[in-house]
Amino acid sequence: MRDPVLSISDLTVDLPKGGDRPHAVERLSLEIGAGEIVCIVGESGSGKSITSFATMALLPKALKVSSGSILFEGRDILKMSEREHARLRGHRMAMIFQEPMTALNPCYTVGDQIEEVFRSHTDFPASERKTRTLALLEEVRMPDPPRIYASYPHQLSGGQRQRVVIAMALALDPPLLIADEPTTALDVTTQAQILAMFRELRQTRGAGIMLVTHDFDVVAEVADKVVVMRKGRVVEQGTAEEVLNHPQHPYTRQLIDAVPRRRGEKTERPSKRASVLSVEKLEKTYLVPTRFGRPARQVAALKPASFELRQGETLGIVGESGSGKSTLVRAMLRLIEPTGGKVVIDGRDVTQASRAELRAIRRHIQIVFQDPYGSLNPRRTIGDQLIEGPVNFGVSSAEAMRKARELVRIVRLEEDVLHRYPNQFSGGQRQRLCIARALMVEPRILVADEAVSALDVSVQKEVLKLLAEIRDRMGLSMLFITHDLRVAAEVSDHVIVMSQGEIVERGPIDRVFADPQHSYTRQLLAAMPGQGWEVPDISTLAPAAINGGTP
Amino acid sequence: MTVVTEAARQSPKRQMFDRALRHRGLLFSSSILLAIVLIAIFAPLIAPYDPYKQSLVARLKPPVWLGGSWAHPFGTDALGRDLLSRLVFGARVSLLIGVVSASVSAVIGTVLGISAGFFGGGVDRFVQYLINVRLAMPVILVALASVSLLGGSMMVVIMVLGLLLWDRFAVVLRAATMQVRSMEYIAAAEMLGARRRRIVWKDVLPNVMNHLIVILTLEMAHAIILEAALSFLGLGVQPPTPSWGLMLSEGKEMLLFDSWLIMIPGVALFVLVFAINMFGDGIRDVTAPEGRN
Repeated sequence: MRDPVLSISDLTVDLPKGGDRPHAVERLSLEIGAGEIVCIVGESGSGKSITSFATMALLPKALKVSSGSILFEGRDILKMSEREHARLRGHRMAMIFQEPMTALNPCYTVGDQIEEVFRSHTDFPASERKTRTLALLEEVRMPDPPRIYASYPHQLSGGQRQRVVIAMALALDPPLLIADEPTTALDVTTQAQILAMFRELRQTRGAGIMLVTHDFDVVAEVADKVVVMRKGRVVEQGTAEEVLNHPQHPYTRQLIDAVPRRRGEKTERPSKRASVLSVEKLEKTYLVPTRFGRPARQVAALKPASFELRQGETLGIVGESGSGKSTLVRAMLRLIEPTGGKVVIDGRDVTQASRAELRAIRRHIQIVFQDPYGSLNPRRTIGDQLIEGPVNFGVSSAEAMRKARELVRIVRLEEDVLHRYPNQFSGGQRQRLCIARALMVEPRILVADEAVSALDVSVQKEVLKLLAEIRDRMGLSMLFITHDLRVAAEVSDHVIVMSQGEIVERGPIDRVFADPQHSYTRQLLAAMPGQGWEVPDISTLAPAAINGGTP
Repeated sequence: MTVVTEAARQSPKRQMFDRALRHRGLLFSSSILLAIVLIAIFAPLIAPYDPYKQSLVARLKPPVWLGGSWAHPFGTDALGRDLLSRLVFGARVSLLIGVVSASVSAVIGTVLGISAGFFGGGVDRFVQYLINVRLAMPVILVALASVSLLGGSMMVVIMVLGLLLWDRFAVVLRAATMQVRSMEYIAAAEMLGARRRRIVWKDVLPNVMNHLIVILTLEMAHAIILEAALSFLGLGVQPPTPSWGLMLSEGKEMLLFDSWLIMIPGVALFVLVFAINMFGDGIRDVTAPEGRN
């Protein structure tokens, strides 16, 4: 084999004093060869991003490399000056970030920004720069490159923006590409296209690619080699085949086990139970008023949608961003005013209810939101927020506190959390607190609006398990809104697929996955990453090697 | 990447307090403010003379550093009144005007801003209209006109300033409330059957409080300066009340010969306003980093 493009050996990055551990990255070694995709996998706080930043010499000032070397094309990056780094970046190595909107400057056209790379590293004449830029846009499969060339970032979709960022990265044909969660912010169909592009680039450009991700399915899709990190240390590394199918370290196994299963065998629930929620022709249109002579127009965020939720059933609502699934939920709960339709809960129509009636109805239906950081008030103690519901419905605070203590135990937290503030909890813990808060008023229906999307896979798995357990124990019915088909498949009995404000397909989960009727559903299913990977059943593998890695 | 520090184990209030203790500007400015407040409170004990007592034999005595005597450390004015005593009592006027008019403004602006941000729609349009009307009025001219109509007195100055300086509260709190309003914990509270008044009180207000405090300090300084300006123009606090602005005005005739008459109240005013602004900046630094985390 030729010399590796990048070879990191024994890299240790210190954390500032007072952190939860002394090193952000500890004694990390890895190699990336030409034409090779190396995936660094880990959960949040594992040090995977720090590794990529260190390679680009973009570490935050508070973090210092205390030992090791990062050899790139035979030279140690850690020993270079600031100016040499600048010359290297963009030219010999390029980075692709998670959030394509913030990586592009909204004030300049796409063409300007790609040409900027040529301007700062080469002395091509203007015409040459433009031809090359157009060729790049063509290469990243942009429709109509001349139009994209003259567009501003806000005129492009998320996927297109990410392609522009990739085009910039490819501009000077760098031997090393570093991509930090490049598809995490994208919809699944877009993700599939971007990942396909990475596979292609590996062949056409022969570049080494370091891909940082938290998603094992993405790894299965593109990786040649895999590095699994936990708390700053490498716990396992090897070829994709080895790590994915024969994981040795217990942590790797735990992560792989937490990957939501596709097409789990469902125990068929009796479907002829009483309906607890019925939605009829619910719709929401926004009126865009006349402005500067442009005529007023109506935007249908939600076209008339009808469905029913039965006692004890979990209904998944799946769709990509902008498909109207959140609008559906919010209009249903009247957190936004629906334009038309009926929502019947407990025999009463939500859309016609007075303020007082609405309060009474909402007791039966509660919601857990997506953002674990935005759904708890940072200035109130957990206890105060948990008793909010019962107190509003006339229960005394002492009584409500008793109940709060009980529920906190049910969501597997200690009782003393009640006196603490939200900032002292991790995302997963906060989400469990939100579940507890929703359950405080003993609802019959629980709506989970992307409730696990912001969580790490292993935490996601725990929360999903908890939700299923609570559902069965308390006889809840659940509406589960998600963009992730794998998660929907794991928890739902029935599923609704939404696209552009419309329900395009519905049915029992097994039927929809096995035999999708609508073209959009087929497209979604085809785009799911990691399809070629038969997730190994961890329980059948040989016992984990204890010697490798962390105690 | 998240770094969990010891601080994260404590309540937000406790953390804020710790940050305050480490913030030098805040410590410095709050000690100055504390000193001025104490001086104002204990003025009768500190002032060596009656601030109103005139003495024709002791007119225009220079302060000690310009060759005066320790009998009048800051010298005396054209009517022979002890400058130090007037300065000490003047602190009362400045602080009283600053605190009361900023508080009146705070109440008006906060009510308008929070209702606009929380209810939106027609309420918001109405409040924005009021804000625009208010912003179209030149403060100093309106204050001058109203004081000249109603006659100058401390009460009138306080009320006029209180009724004029609410715009910044309204603008900032409206924006802050709109932001808080869209947080999911507000939707959660609605789902849990909380009435709107309760939501405003328990969920909105505590989360916009930091903005409120910062603007309160800004407007306090603003009111103090405006009072001085009005008094200087002869339309604010009426003589012989010892107001710093009035002292400047009385001293301006002697500017060329006995410049300490204008320097001393000028410096006092500067120090007070500077300390308040620095305090406001400090409060902002201390409360701002505690965002979502």
